[in-house]
Amino acid sequence: MNIVEIQLALPEIFIAVMACVILIADLFISDRRRGLTHLLALITLAFVTIITLRMLWPVGASELAFYDTFVRDRFGDVLKLFSYLILFAAFIYAKHFLRMANLYRGEFYALSLFALLGVMIMISAGSMLTVYLGLELLALSSYALVALNRDSATGSEAGMKYFILGSLASGILLFGMSLIYGATGTLALNEISASLASGADDQLLLSFGLAFIVVGIAFKFGAVPFHMWLPDVYQGAPAAITLLIASLPKLGYLALIIRMLEDGMSGLHADWQAMLVVLAALSLILGNVVAIAQSNIKRMLGYSTISHVGFILLGVLAGTAEGYAAAMFYTIVYAMMSAGTFAVMILLSHDGIEAENLEDFRGLAKRSPWFALMMLMLMFSLAGIPVFVGFFAKWQVIAAAIGAGFTGLSVLAVITAVIGAFYYLRVVKLMYFDEPENTDAIEAPADFKAMLSINGLGMILLGLFSGGLISLCVSSFAG
Amino acid sequence: MDALNSQLLSLLVWLPVLGGLALLFVSDSQAGLAKSIALIIALVAFVLSLLLIAGFDSSTAAIQFEQKLLWIEAFKIHYHLGIDGLSLPLIVLTTLTTVIVVISGWAVQDRVGHYMAAFLILSGLMVGMFSALDAMLFYVFFEAMLVPMFLIIGIWGGPNRIFATIKFFLFTFFGSVFMLIALIWLYLQSGSFAVADLHEFPISLQAQIWIFLAFLIAFAVKVPMWPVHTWLPDAHVEAPTGGSVVLAAVMLKIGGYGLVRFSLPIAPDAAAALDWLVIGLSLVAIVYIGFVALAQRDMKKLIAYSSISHMGFVTLGLFLTFAIVRSTGDVSGAALGISGGMVQMISHGFISGAMFLAVGVLYDRMHSRQIADYGGVANTMPWFAMFAVLFFMANSGLPGTSGFVGEFMVILAAFKANFWFAFLAAMTLILGAGYSLWLVKRVFYGEIGNDSVAALKDLNGREWLVMTVLALLTIGLGVWPHPLIDMMNASIVELVNHITTTKIAP
Repeated sequence: MNIVEIQLALPEIFIAVMACVILIADLFISDRRRGLTHLLALITLAFVTIITLRMLWPVGASELAFYDTFVRDRFGDVLKLFSYLILFAAFIYAKHFLRMANLYRGEFYALSLFALLGVMIMISAGSMLTVYLGLELLALSSYALVALNRDSATGSEAGMKYFILGSLASGILLFGMSLIYGATGTLALNEISASLASGADDQLLLSFGLAFIVVGIAFKFGAVPFHMWLPDVYQGAPAAITLLIASLPKLGYLALIIRMLEDGMSGLHADWQAMLVVLAALSLILGNVVAIAQSNIKRMLGYSTISHVGFILLGVLAGTAEGYAAAMFYTIVYAMMSAGTFAVMILLSHDGIEAENLEDFRGLAKRSPWFALMMLMLMFSLAGIPVFVGFFAKWQVIAAAIGAGFTGLSVLAVITAVIGAFYYLRVVKLMYFDEPENTDAIEAPADFKAMLSINGLGMILLGLFSGGLISLCVSSFAG
Repeated sequence: MDALNSQLLSLLVWLPVLGGLALLFVSDSQAGLAKSIALIIALVAFVLSLLLIAGFDSSTAAIQFEQKLLWIEAFKIHYHLGIDGLSLPLIVLTTLTTVIVVISGWAVQDRVGHYMAAFLILSGLMVGMFSALDAMLFYVFFEAMLVPMFLIIGIWGGPNRIFATIKFFLFTFFGSVFMLIALIWLYLQSGSFAVADLHEFPISLQAQIWIFLAFLIAFAVKVPMWPVHTWLPDAHVEAPTGGSVVLAAVMLKIGGYGLVRFSLPIAPDAAAALDWLVIGLSLVAIVYIGFVALAQRDMKKLIAYSSISHMGFVTLGLFLTFAIVRSTGDVSGAALGISGGMVQMISHGFISGAMFLAVGVLYDRMHSRQIADYGGVANTMPWFAMFAVLFFMANSGLPGTSGFVGEFMVILAAFKANFWFAFLAAMTLILGAGYSLWLVKRVFYGEIGNDSVAALKDLNGREWLVMTVLALLTIGLGVWPHPLIDMMNASIVELVNHITTTKIAP
């Protein structure tokens, strides 16, 4: 271990230190001046962005550190930068909600930063041990966040459910890792890859290990048939927390699947591809169809997430550089769309009572035309209508899948996307075509408004100028 | 001038789009301002599109007013605009229709700024679609225009508008995703999204058939062809007058344009092999939908079915080429069907738009579209009746109106191909006259039907203006179609030469 290696992990170290600092500093900050904690958290994100940008700038090959347990590469840096961005937005959105719901405490910021740290560690994982470390850090922080409102029965129930099923998934994943370790004799992903290439390992053991790992990943992602926890947790958690767990961890899980399957086990590509085909197809169908039947918007978005996971898996299973880049683009864009959508939900909740029902969107265009327009853009983007960025995400994934020979699956994907368009259109219909029950304009703090405007307009601007982000993703997997 | 020429199409796309976005910020209390701005933008766009005609060289099939910028580097997608003789008339039709819609929307009360914004944005997107020379750019415009239309029907439509607009959206979306897959497949094979490259790219017959069918689903929904036409009557009936006009006058033409620009040149061998399918569906549309139109009680529904029947003529004309070549071996004569189809598209744009406006005039006064609620309107609104009768006559293909020219050319082409095609196609002249004139009789002539008809007031200045313009165009194109045919001729000859040459990879 030397100073160069520590420099590579500087963002992670910084976040770890700052999360502790915030946790302690918050003890000395009175409730009235909670804004300081908020500000400190935002500054932390701004600084870590600068640190990561400095590492990204000289386009270099990937670097390994700490006995190959830690990787710094372009893919990781880009993904981390977007994680900061999403958490930044989440902090701004959440503040408004936490205040209303009487949950505005320092723990939220510390736990969120620890969750971010987990995501970052997963993104930079070079060994199965690091993968697991990051995953658990993220998961434990998320469990606590979901149960943040300890007086809420639904919140506690959701937290408990999340904890039990999440732990089960972690256990399954860990078991898979141990089998792979047993077969290859190493935990480092690059060595596993080399060992698989030699073809000398016990195939049976590998197949079992792989199956457990894929199941674990599917659990975390919420892919069908391992999705049962997801709608319940989305519905039960406070809106601001749902926003967080619906956006940020997805970036980590993408890294998880790419590090484990592409970096580590590309030698077993044919095996995991077949598994992912089933997961993707089921997720696309079930997610989109069941979402139609939901009247609770959080649940509906939960099922919508499942269908989007299907698209992400579709990109990954192509197993080509284009496919990974498409999945990465999709995940980043999805996290943004998801954050924006939940932000609008926060907007509609008042006096700490969440706007959970679709009916709450009724007549929003008359009450607050601007917010309705932002939601409209988010919905059309989620539905995958050009020129919104969601279309470019879907299109790239489908292009990658057809390129890898999965034309039938692509046809299925686009047909389910058409089915999915229906429930997004229903939200637009409620906002624009129906009359509001009360006509009060909706109030929100200026920073919230600004963030939501950036988020909504970003959908169309990122779509019009999608070339930059596409190039960024493509270059992450070049060479 | 050159600098302007290369930017002209971009201006035509983005001026209405950005102007429309700006109108979103005009508050409801300043409705007058919103209308004036919208009218100015629409008129400027129309004048700019006339500059296209002025600068257009009709002696060549080459792409003109071209503009090409790199858009998405990783996939070699270009922002590539340009026009030839096939797209130019449709672009002018679009900008003209927008002006008419803005003027006819003067009476709208609810969210005026948004109403005008939606139509302007729609107009820009449609011009973009007609001038896109990159397949992805085309697809983006093609899909993006669903959004404003969805809102137009959903916000300003009739009682059952929500069902109608969601049906409209999902039908079109469903059709177009297959085109997306075909385009991606073509890109992966040929390495390019440029329409010109795709025209030249050799493809095996098997693959061509799949591509042709994928395109056909997308465009058949849009045209709409029987049996995927069911969204159109619903959408038309529920849409506000302006929405119906744009839908009938321009959006239906997108399907026809797509067939000419994509289906025929990209998969000519499949088109030749499957022309029986399209001809068959077109004839069903012409005859069967003609009978359906006869049975309608709602004026807008009748016009909607009449549109489907007339668009059947367009698709028939476009796909007669192969049958003509097979039966006569004459490639140069085969252009007649395509010319006829194109003329029919433009003519139908004027006539159907005008008919929907006429129904709108009545609806504004009576709030009913039921034929039974009217009777003897000519007694109280003589000027209006004059225009309306002209348009319905034109719809039934009266010589001297634009409706006659396209139908005559297509029937003539059908005779060259097969007597029975021509026989069935000519049925539309009888059926069209039947439902058009019967409607005229029931609504305009006879005794005054009831007291509210007796109280009707004739056209106001705004309605006069719109009706006069459309009447002049309908008669003008009917009497002297030469300029339009001449404008398209070089491109059509080029197209026929292209599609009658096999592109199956050797």
